[in-house]
Amino acid sequence: MTEMTTSAHSGVENSLHSGAGSGSLGNEAGSKALDAAHEASRENASRRQASSIQMRGLHKRFGKDTVALNGVDLDIEAGEFFTLLGPSGCGKTTMLRILAGLEEADDGRLTIGGKDVTEVPPHHRSVNTVFQSYALFPHLSVRENLAFGLKMRGMPQAQREQKVAEIAGFIHLGDLIDRRIDQLSGGQKQRIALARALVCEPDVLLLDEPLSALDAGLRSQLQVELLRVQKRLGMTFVFVTHDQDEAMVMSDRIAVLNGGNIQQVGAPRDVYERPANAFVARFMGHDNLYRITARQGGRLTTEIGELEVEEQEIEEGNQHATQGELVLIRPETLDLKPGRVEGVNHLPGRITERLYRGSHAEFRIEIGSVVLQATVNNRGRHLPEVGDEVTVVVAAEDLVTLSE
Amino acid sequence: MSTSDTRILSRQRAVANAGGAAISTRSRAMVMEARHLLFTVSPGAAWIIVFLVLPSVYLMAVAFMSNGPYGLPQMPLSVDSFKQLSGFGFLGWSPGNLYTLLRSLWQTFLSTVLVVIVAYPIAYYITTCREKWRPIMLLAVVVPSWTNQVIRTFGWMNLLAPDTPLSDLASALGLISPNMGLYPSNFAVTLGLVYNFLPFMVLPLYAAFEKLDTAQVEAAQDLYASPLKAFWHAVFPQTLPGLLAGVVLVAIPAFGMYVIPELLGGGKGMMLGNLVATQFAGGSNWPLGAAGAILMLIATFIGLFAMRRIGKRLGGGEEVVI
Repeated sequence: MTEMTTSAHSGVENSLHSGAGSGSLGNEAGSKALDAAHEASRENASRRQASSIQMRGLHKRFGKDTVALNGVDLDIEAGEFFTLLGPSGCGKTTMLRILAGLEEADDGRLTIGGKDVTEVPPHHRSVNTVFQSYALFPHLSVRENLAFGLKMRGMPQAQREQKVAEIAGFIHLGDLIDRRIDQLSGGQKQRIALARALVCEPDVLLLDEPLSALDAGLRSQLQVELLRVQKRLGMTFVFVTHDQDEAMVMSDRIAVLNGGNIQQVGAPRDVYERPANAFVARFMGHDNLYRITARQGGRLTTEIGELEVEEQEIEEGNQHATQGELVLIRPETLDLKPGRVEGVNHLPGRITERLYRGSHAEFRIEIGSVVLQATVNNRGRHLPEVGDEVTVVVAAEDLVTLSE
Repeated sequence: MSTSDTRILSRQRAVANAGGAAISTRSRAMVMEARHLLFTVSPGAAWIIVFLVLPSVYLMAVAFMSNGPYGLPQMPLSVDSFKQLSGFGFLGWSPGNLYTLLRSLWQTFLSTVLVVIVAYPIAYYITTCREKWRPIMLLAVVVPSWTNQVIRTFGWMNLLAPDTPLSDLASALGLISPNMGLYPSNFAVTLGLVYNFLPFMVLPLYAAFEKLDTAQVEAAQDLYASPLKAFWHAVFPQTLPGLLAGVVLVAIPAFGMYVIPELLGGGKGMMLGNLVATQFAGGSNWPLGAAGAILMLIATFIGLFAMRRIGKRLGGGEEVVI
């Protein structure tokens, strides 16, 4: 499986081999497709590399007042699972539509695979989209839906059928292939939509909140499946979501957007653990943000008390203006000690609320006039009760300072 | 003995025990239900029986009777009227009636096709307008049909008569001989039919366009369909139910149309509706008129049936509501 990451095209066939090995393609049709795939992969080995994407100064405005994209610069690497994350109206879908060619940028350049495609219409771009509503053609069967892109490209029927059989095996569509669209469940439609885009072997696959309409169980199942598909094909995936958990699970890198601007680009850990600003922190689900009123080197005076931070934060802090600066305390980095304990980064507080979640418990703790959230893993030890006096212990290395 | 067997047995026993009392309650309930049905269904049923079933039966009977004095039907039963319609007249072969039938079919087909061609862009255009303008645009399409059909048709007579700008233009272009009018002619009938039935096509098409799933169109473009192919594969199939509903609303009344061919067609533009009307109103042959009406009914049902089949095949199983 080592060569898999190099070629998007031969990736499909390679993974078909592995699929057969694990016994999932035991039937005759499957092995026929497999033989065909053997030949195809020999012919087309490493025909196409995954494509990178460059956006330079992309502007998009709707009407007079709505700015969807406000001069976006972004580089997406070849073969990356890249996620555009943000609240509704942040410009993430507009960016995806500009990538697909369904929307034209007012200003700026877009390069896919080293080729400037800013003015190329959608049907001339080797980019395919999995739409939020799936947008399957209800008057066509599943098979015809899958073959649609290939047919539009003028691929002969025999070749088309072979490709459709390959992808159906790859996504494990099985007996869905001759169904009508209105006979499919939401999850099945989602997989058909994915297969319909993948079968065209695009340079880049765009996914517009493809899992948002599904219930939680199916959703996490398809997240795993989608991730596996992407890793096997080594194709560049650009994924749009407003769900930060989904973004963290799936992505190699995440771009957090707000108001048409990119707030931060980074690996999931970067974005979650070292958010660039208060917006990113809040969007990633952090509530424990406290105003810094004064700082002296690594010593911060904050709303919640005196805190000491690590040297890295001292340096970064010096570059920022002190005004509007915040400190982020992640709830899961905290320790709770019963009673009053004196020490550096020890904050005295009282528990006002406890949510017992089985694997962990969430606490609301009053420290002076402010509230702190703490999440404590349930390791079978004593869990403080509501009303208990506790000392919150903050590790200096877990503290992050950021600006509003 | 299986559990289901015991269950059946016990139920039988319960029924037996209940005995006569159960039966009388049940029959009372049935009477109640029958009364209830009578009150709720009978007005509708009466309407259908009096105004649809009985006249149809009467018409059918008349169609199979022979022609008597003053064109009234009389016994014995015969199929002469149908023979006459298909061209076997009393004086040997005279295909006049057959021509009228074929002309009706052709006029219906032609005007329906033209209505589709004209209405399709109009319906699309209205959906692209700003939301507040759409009701006004739709009103503009519909309002003319609130005027009496006869009056509007007279309007066309004036517009198409000899020595009018339109007729002069046509003769200047060599389409008609000089000093002739565009009316009366088959062309005038077609024009009148297209004009008259346009709203009936625009409205269902507009409804189809309004709920058009644009994501499908974008998906088609995304999957390498040129704008033209995207229209054909993603827009047209979505508007097909509306289109077929429009075809039914246009073709069926057009096929039986009386006023327009009467006024704009002259003697050579006669359609089946005119034939039927003449047989009854002129007092010349009721059985023949009835036979024509029956024929019209049969043709209509065939047309409806064909539309449903086409709708099912092209619409991916989606039922076309008629």
